[in-house]
Amino acid sequence: MSAAKKLNLTLKVWRQKNGNAKGNLETYPLADISPDSSFLEMLDILNNGLIDKGESPVVFDHDCREGICGSCSLYINGEPHGPARLVTTCQLHMRSFKDGETIYIEPFRAKAFPVIKDLMVDRSAFDRIQHAGGYISVNTSGNTQDANSIPIEKEDADEAFYSAACIGCGACVAACKNASASLFVAAKVSQYALLPQGKIEAKDRVLNMVKQAEKEGFGPCSNTGACEVECPKGISIENIARMNREFLSASITK
Amino acid sequence: MSKLDSKVPKGPLKDKWTNYKNNINLVNPANKRNIDVIVVGTGLAGGSAAATLAELGYNVKAFCYQDSPRRAHSIAAQGGINAAKNYQGDGDSTYRLFYDTIKGGDYRSREANVYRLAEVSSNIIDQCVAQGVPFARDYGGLLDNRSFGGVLVSRTFYAKGQTGQQLLLGAYSAMNRQIAKGKIQMFNRHEMLDVVIVDGKARGIIARDLVTGNIERHSAHAVVLGTGGYGNVFFLSTNAMGSNVTAAWKAHKKGAYFANPCYTQIHPTCIPVHGTQQSKLTLMSESLRNDGRIWVPKNLKDAEAVRNGSLKAVNIEEEDRDYYLERRYPSFGNLVPRDVASRAAKERCDAGYGIIANDTNEGVFLDFAAAIQRYGTEEALIKGISNPTQEEITSLGEKVIENKYGNLFDMYKQITDDNPYKTPMRIYPAVHYTMGGLWVDYNLMTNVEGMYAIGEANFSDHGANRLGASALMQGLADGYFVLPYTIGDYLANDIRTGKISTDSPEFVAAEKKATDEINHLINNKGSKTVDYFHKKLGLIMWNKVGMARTTVGLNEAISEIAALREEFYKDVRVPGESNELNQELEKAGRVADFLELGELFARDALEREESCGGHFREEYKTEDGEALRRDAEFAYVSAWEYTGKPSDAILHKEKLDFENVELKTRSYK
Repeated sequence: MSAAKKLNLTLKVWRQKNGNAKGNLETYPLADISPDSSFLEMLDILNNGLIDKGESPVVFDHDCREGICGSCSLYINGEPHGPARLVTTCQLHMRSFKDGETIYIEPFRAKAFPVIKDLMVDRSAFDRIQHAGGYISVNTSGNTQDANSIPIEKEDADEAFYSAACIGCGACVAACKNASASLFVAAKVSQYALLPQGKIEAKDRVLNMVKQAEKEGFGPCSNTGACEVECPKGISIENIARMNREFLSASITK
Repeated sequence: MSKLDSKVPKGPLKDKWTNYKNNINLVNPANKRNIDVIVVGTGLAGGSAAATLAELGYNVKAFCYQDSPRRAHSIAAQGGINAAKNYQGDGDSTYRLFYDTIKGGDYRSREANVYRLAEVSSNIIDQCVAQGVPFARDYGGLLDNRSFGGVLVSRTFYAKGQTGQQLLLGAYSAMNRQIAKGKIQMFNRHEMLDVVIVDGKARGIIARDLVTGNIERHSAHAVVLGTGGYGNVFFLSTNAMGSNVTAAWKAHKKGAYFANPCYTQIHPTCIPVHGTQQSKLTLMSESLRNDGRIWVPKNLKDAEAVRNGSLKAVNIEEEDRDYYLERRYPSFGNLVPRDVASRAAKERCDAGYGIIANDTNEGVFLDFAAAIQRYGTEEALIKGISNPTQEEITSLGEKVIENKYGNLFDMYKQITDDNPYKTPMRIYPAVHYTMGGLWVDYNLMTNVEGMYAIGEANFSDHGANRLGASALMQGLADGYFVLPYTIGDYLANDIRTGKISTDSPEFVAAEKKATDEINHLINNKGSKTVDYFHKKLGLIMWNKVGMARTTVGLNEAISEIAALREEFYKDVRVPGESNELNQELEKAGRVADFLELGELFARDALEREESCGGHFREEYKTEDGEALRRDAEFAYVSAWEYTGKPSDAILHKEKLDFENVELKTRSYK
């Protein structure tokens, strides 16, 4: 809400007509951007300008614009979700950029995230990993036991919550030199591994989810920690360690 | 007069649902395998319904416009979910939750539906915990609760400020289990464009694959709409960018009555508009009002000084602050219901005490300084620090606040560049939720056979104002515990029907109509963008159909919206083609429907010559500015029948009978 000076920017935006087409970076000058605007509002302005000129607007995924749905992506100046820590692109504000700056905007890149158009990628591989085991097998019955009959140590409940806070955006994959989905898989495995409700299927879960991630073409983890740095929700790589323990023990005993 | 049969079961209120369940038709498991159900929308209502129907054995086809069901906008709900568990032993009960909800809705909801909601609320918490939803717990390992507006008990379960996320991921996990089993066929990036009615029954939908642009026909024995609310008719709202009324509106145009469109919730605590480039608004959870105190300066000159930047909030003395909610409503204080809190903010700002320098001085403070001191002192005691310094207290208190609301404070800081631990938040009301929606009976079926509406998409449970933490409750109640029963009663008649063909003339005609509409938009080649029209519509709605409505303003809105709609069809420009991924085309279709709904919305507000809940008519208020209901004339549900255009819609009335609660003037003083 500051009355700060408007920004003039040069955008280099990845344009790609569809998954099969060849893409390239296009240059767009953009003037008079309020530093209080969000990054996506800046792209809205670019797009309305493009439409006015009869050109096709830049396609990108976005929805809640509150940093929670995980729709938005974008690889901004070489970082998933841009330069600010612990925020998604939709919560990134233009005050993070300087007047006169050139901003490079590319899609999240990974073999398992094929480009659909421009900056939009297909992250359905993440859904398929969840289908492989991201649940506790309980039917809706109305006869489950009373919620307080399963006391859970506060620390475990909190830890499980922090793991469950993953928004499935894919920044971890885009940040990783191996395009590994380990942090994403580990977050779900950890959430359930920390809770008594999840223990019964824990072994199958970790084996199946890890297997599915490999099948989707995500790479292996080599512990560089880039995923943790870029994760907008601050999911810790301790989750990966926990997943590895779970995986090892399941591999031996199953 | 009325064609509306609410189908509320006979008998005492508390036995209705049990008796109903004991007497409905069931479908045997082998027959369920031969029955298809379409569920549109995968938020809390749609997601939980899809999962449960699939568990029961039906073949479910689920649709969402997002790239994954996990991204539906339920995910953004922050504060919590109500349930009458009475874990705190503070006097809660099913009846009390029912009563609070009826009263909170300003006596404009249906008793039997609301009682059932309160009844199943406890099951929701049990179910979610069984699924592994990590609710907040206390040190004994049991579930923690907090308090929300309009009630005097602590019945709200929560997961930090991300309760909606955790509940939705719970429903998503239940869906995943069924997707893996092949019981749910999931259609991501698909938007429903029409519902198909065959022989008077909903038998399928027309959907557009948003990636390829292909128009598809999908058939089923019943169609369930869990497609959310229509707050984006205001352009700026806390809804997701893609949230839309299209599915519900297309259903309306195919015969489903649209109920109480004017009941809209303007949420009191949102981050104010920063300028004309703004695309959406962000909520600051109502849970913050557990600890935050709302105020404006007591003196006009201080307010002016704050606005022009020469005075800071923290430098205003305690006695020069007007904690207007505590002043006006001593018994509920900062935790009055949302409609009351929003109107009170507007009243202060209209009187010149607003603290943000925009056209209407829109903004008030939400202050945590007192809570930080209170918690800090408490923590120092617990930690055994004797004679703590002011800094120690503040730092300890900030930790407590961070633990409770950390993610909300971070979000506020990110958006505004202000530090809310050190300076009060600046907030203002914004459009958040729509209580109106498709008319449904006790079975959650619309007046079109086989077409159901659940969650925010229907009208049934919140009357004229929704209490905090009740939307999540209703979405999951409908999807997990109500619809799976009621739909069986209907589908029991369909066990011999067999597959529904998509080659019938009805499917052909619906597909052609959808294709024609798309082609019209693409070929229009006008001069203005979709956003131009959407913003204009939003301004009309906010200024004339917003927090304070008048006969003059509403009449103006009706003709302005009709004119804008005409201009839209003449002059909108949609770039690109129909057979490709085209986000502008998606937006254009949604805005076209908003331009029709907006007019009906204003008409509904005009016809309702009373004030109730979120609907406030300047002509009908008490001496001290509170809403003035007119029960004798208006204790009914307005259900609108489409007949060709919004101005010709026919009003049907479902009289609301209150057999268990006495209609009183709602007071939170």
